[in-house]
Amino acid sequence: MSKLNLTRRGALKAGAAAGAGLALPTYLSAAGHAGFTNAPGDSSVTLGFNVPQTGPYADEGADELRAFELAVEHLNGGGDGGMLNTFSSKALDGTGILGRKVEYVTGDTQTKPDAARASARSMIEKDGAIMISGGSSSGVAVAVQALCQEAGVIFMAGLTHSNDTTGKDKKANGFRHFFNSYMSGAALAPILANNYGTDRKAYHLTADYNWGYTTEEAVRTSTEAMGWETVAAVKTPLAQTDFSSYIAPVLNSGADVLVLNHYGGNMVNSLTNAVQFGLRAAEANGKNFEIVVPLYSRLMAKGAGENVAGIFGSTNWHWSLPDEGSQTFTRSFGTKYGFPPSQAAHTCYVQTLLYADAVSRAGSFNPCAVAEALEGFEFDGLGNGPTLYRAEDHQCFKDVLVVKGKENPDNEFDLLEIVEVTPAAQVTYDASIFGGDLGSCNPGA
Amino acid sequence: MDQIILQILNGLDKGSAYALIALGLTLIFGTLGVVNFAHGALFMLGAFCTVTLSRMLSLSHEVVDETRTDFLGNPLKVDVPYLYDIFGETTGAAIIDWAVPLSILFSIPIMILIGIAMERGLIKHFYKRPHADQILVTFGLAIVLQEIIKYYFGANQIPTPAPEAFVGSFDFGAAIGFDPNAIIYPYWRIVYFFFAMTLIAGVFAFLQFTTFGMVVRAGMADRETVQLLGINIDRRFTIMFGIAAAVAGLAGVMYTPIVSPNYHMGMDFLVISFVVVVVGGMGSLPGAVLAGFVLGILESFASMREIIELLPGINQVVIYLAAILILLTRPRGLLGRKGVMED
Amino acid sequence: MLGLDKKDFTLLLIVSALVLLAPLLLNPFPEGSAMAQFNAGYPDLMQRFVIFGIFAIGFNILFGLTGYLSFGHAAFLGAGSYAGMWMLKLLSMNVIPAIIFSTLIAGAISFLIGWISLRRSGIYFSILTLAFAQMAFVLAASVLTPITGGETGLQPALSDPRILPEFLGGGSVTADGNIPKPSLFGIEMTASSEVAVGNWLWTLNWGYYLSGFMMLVAFYIAIRIFRSPFGLMLKAVKSNQQRMSYTGLNTRPYMLACFVISGMYAGLAGGLMAAMDPQVGAERMQWTASGEVVLMTILGGVGTLIGPVLGAGLIKYFENIFSKINKATLEVWFGVFPDWMTDLMVTIVYPFIGKGWHLTLGLMFMAVVIFLPGGLVEGGQKIAKLFSRKKEPETPGGEAKPAE
Repeated sequence: MSKLNLTRRGALKAGAAAGAGLALPTYLSAAGHAGFTNAPGDSSVTLGFNVPQTGPYADEGADELRAFELAVEHLNGGGDGGMLNTFSSKALDGTGILGRKVEYVTGDTQTKPDAARASARSMIEKDGAIMISGGSSSGVAVAVQALCQEAGVIFMAGLTHSNDTTGKDKKANGFRHFFNSYMSGAALAPILANNYGTDRKAYHLTADYNWGYTTEEAVRTSTEAMGWETVAAVKTPLAQTDFSSYIAPVLNSGADVLVLNHYGGNMVNSLTNAVQFGLRAAEANGKNFEIVVPLYSRLMAKGAGENVAGIFGSTNWHWSLPDEGSQTFTRSFGTKYGFPPSQAAHTCYVQTLLYADAVSRAGSFNPCAVAEALEGFEFDGLGNGPTLYRAEDHQCFKDVLVVKGKENPDNEFDLLEIVEVTPAAQVTYDASIFGGDLGSCNPGA
Repeated sequence: MDQIILQILNGLDKGSAYALIALGLTLIFGTLGVVNFAHGALFMLGAFCTVTLSRMLSLSHEVVDETRTDFLGNPLKVDVPYLYDIFGETTGAAIIDWAVPLSILFSIPIMILIGIAMERGLIKHFYKRPHADQILVTFGLAIVLQEIIKYYFGANQIPTPAPEAFVGSFDFGAAIGFDPNAIIYPYWRIVYFFFAMTLIAGVFAFLQFTTFGMVVRAGMADRETVQLLGINIDRRFTIMFGIAAAVAGLAGVMYTPIVSPNYHMGMDFLVISFVVVVVGGMGSLPGAVLAGFVLGILESFASMREIIELLPGINQVVIYLAAILILLTRPRGLLGRKGVMED
Repeated sequence: MLGLDKKDFTLLLIVSALVLLAPLLLNPFPEGSAMAQFNAGYPDLMQRFVIFGIFAIGFNILFGLTGYLSFGHAAFLGAGSYAGMWMLKLLSMNVIPAIIFSTLIAGAISFLIGWISLRRSGIYFSILTLAFAQMAFVLAASVLTPITGGETGLQPALSDPRILPEFLGGGSVTADGNIPKPSLFGIEMTASSEVAVGNWLWTLNWGYYLSGFMMLVAFYIAIRIFRSPFGLMLKAVKSNQQRMSYTGLNTRPYMLACFVISGMYAGLAGGLMAAMDPQVGAERMQWTASGEVVLMTILGGVGTLIGPVLGAGLIKYFENIFSKINKATLEVWFGVFPDWMTDLMVTIVYPFIGKGWHLTLGLMFMAVVIFLPGGLVEGGQKIAKLFSRKKEPETPGGEAKPAE
């Protein structure tokens, strides 16, 4: 049986112009191609940007898309070149990737694994995309990553924070630049201990799904190691919008810290409710009652408004970082769109650059060659300090930001202030602790 | 004991939200017999009336502040609301702070107009059409309304805090002799509860004690006979639709400080509001209100830590479980009438 | 032929031909042309067309014949998917056990839910089914994580046993260290042949043809059910259940049988989904998914044979094609105009595509129900009647009238 997997339309598109006319059926065979899925033609290469365009994360998705467009512009030599100028690797020169102009297709993940896979499959099967990136939830990332492994293309994860993406569910064709729950916990705990003391009693509210579980576990383990005690951990439905019945008992539970393992709308609502219940102003065990949000994003902070003031959390990146890479990126994004980029935008931009750079260094679009170029790659100048793409689990290790909601924001974007930049060494863990198996890289056809 | 009182309070509050939404839906669905999938969208539109008003109140002009810089390093442009110029900073800020209560007045006429336009323009033609067609058209309408809101306001949640005066909680426990902090309750939720009760009472009184209400009730029971008596029941139904839309909208307005609105909030409430109406019993307004409170209190109790530890996941399913048990033991829900939407 | 009368047989033939030629028909635009964006002839979408077709056909057997509106059919789809996926993980990557097992599991679950829900009728029935499905959804996404993979979903893994021998699709890992793909006795579901004619490119995909074949079988069975005495009985239930009961006939067993058949169709669709794209997420059971099949059926035409398939196709087409058009695509399309006009056209069209595809979908729902009452099929018939003077005693397909 001939093994013909998926299509190679990129090649055909290029060839079609030349061979137009004769209407005789041509049977394509695997041998006629470079031996991997969607090998690009000589003039252009197509990337697939799969972001939430509908549903609650649509604004985050829109920001990711802006970042992708900016990255493509910079790769093709347009604009001010952005972080190409600060990136430690100089393989990219603004002439596209390996001399091919970068084109892209977009799709809607709807923040549903099914829809995200449908969209990614159409990019691979119909548009000939050779790399898929984007997304703003771990469920989607894990689903699309598995698809890319199966189809033989590279997946550069967007915003996904669960340990699973590069842990239990890691795949040889998938790479993550974003940080994860474990790192949040490891970075946050010392700061919390410094600010709130080591004898705190924590009450966790945890969104009842995979990301919630891993985040709760990470924060619990690392805060308990600092001497904190966990009074209770209550799971809240993912679809919950009014958290009053979960928050009302907190103040009387003996706890003096509330940890909200919530993201997106869940976090905005639970934090708003908690503040409304007067928790910020309350006292328990003779101390000020405190609230902690392990994963922050500026868009969430915006949704929660004044309620974030003074609340600690962690984030992957923030536009106010003073290093040259971050400043350059913020400037070129801000000049083009009129507001600073979010952390989701940053990670997507960086992932696109990293992919393009890996292809250039490998000298091939073959996913296995790209994966090899990314594995163990050390780089700098992309906003998070010196970074390592670890070979064992395809996770980036870099500095993690601990942030605090600003008390008196200067403008509508200035919502978070950086409290500390936790060095990469402090959040590095052993690659084997989350189980899972990378498998071997799959070039497809 | 304090935990139980606390959760009953919580349940009453949740229940008043459910009851309020279900009340509007049951006017349309339980009595006019239109399966209105756009009801959640009306709730959402109400909430966005608040957002719109608060944006209108804070309409601003830019003043360049040379001492500070924005994220690109340029001099910062500070927005100064026109209200500050007109009333001075203190009064202006106070008016903006009170945007949510003010938008009650703002939203009533808007929502009534939207309701009437919806009924006249669309729903009117669907009274005699199959329920299937009603579902399709109202669902389509709900999506369209949602997308329009998303286009103008984005998908992110928009914070709409209650006035400063209502921030914080009332220590209910201390007032009745428990430990301090044992039973606390946010002021705004207390306001919400009493607002809901007033609104519900108002709708009931309107239907019960006015001639208009009497005719509408007669029309609900037997539309044809009422028409034979020479009464223009259509016009009254149109007005009822407007009132139902206003009730849904007001529920949304007052809900904004509790859950910051986004364009999707109506869909989130759609399923639960249908469950509440049906569990209450088709065609029964008291049923809808009762079911709202019953389900709200059940949900609150199921979210107690001790109960979740005993039955993991119960907090997620309790409403549906209760709905199934009630419908199996009481064929027409709590207070349903025979023959309404049973075939 | 095949126990069908001439008209039904013709319909079956037409549908078979459409399924067979779909890869050609759905790719009407040459590769690389601006209109190629509208091509739908790639494996994933074609598979979705026929699989959701099966789902909608099954739903229509219940709703179209009996008028009972289930708002929980996604639960059966999801249960079928999970069951199929477990077969792929435990037994073998051969899709046959997955498909059979998923149909059976969905049948068993629909028997349970149907047995309880059918005690009530009308809206009360709808809410009962909705409540069951929502419970299944929230539990699958949270408490049942060990079985369902939770919100992340269930996928094959390298560590799965797959106990059957290699030639039956067993084995945990392929020779090159990857997870094997779902296959039918060695033919992988993702395997395709490509045929290029001039600038046109057609993808003939094994998975699609397997799903297409299953849809034809499902369609055939549905015709037989519609025309059988059993089908008549169900229609009688729809027109007047009370009268049926007065004749001394217990309608419950008929209703239950119908509900279970309908659930098994959903299970089959779920199993095929898992087999074509090995990943199952809990959101497949959410009320929105149940609502989607309701919309598909109504959009196409309740109670018509082919309507639900058309409705399914239309919704999936919008979801997958319109959501992928972006501003850059528009600029290419309208690039031939002068600049100001390009900008104008892009500004006008932009809200309706890409992230605005929901808006287009909503407008289409309203337009169809307002201008084509009774759905696409009845609308199509009305239009056909306008153009042909020939009087037909019966509407083609002889469908029941869409029902209250």
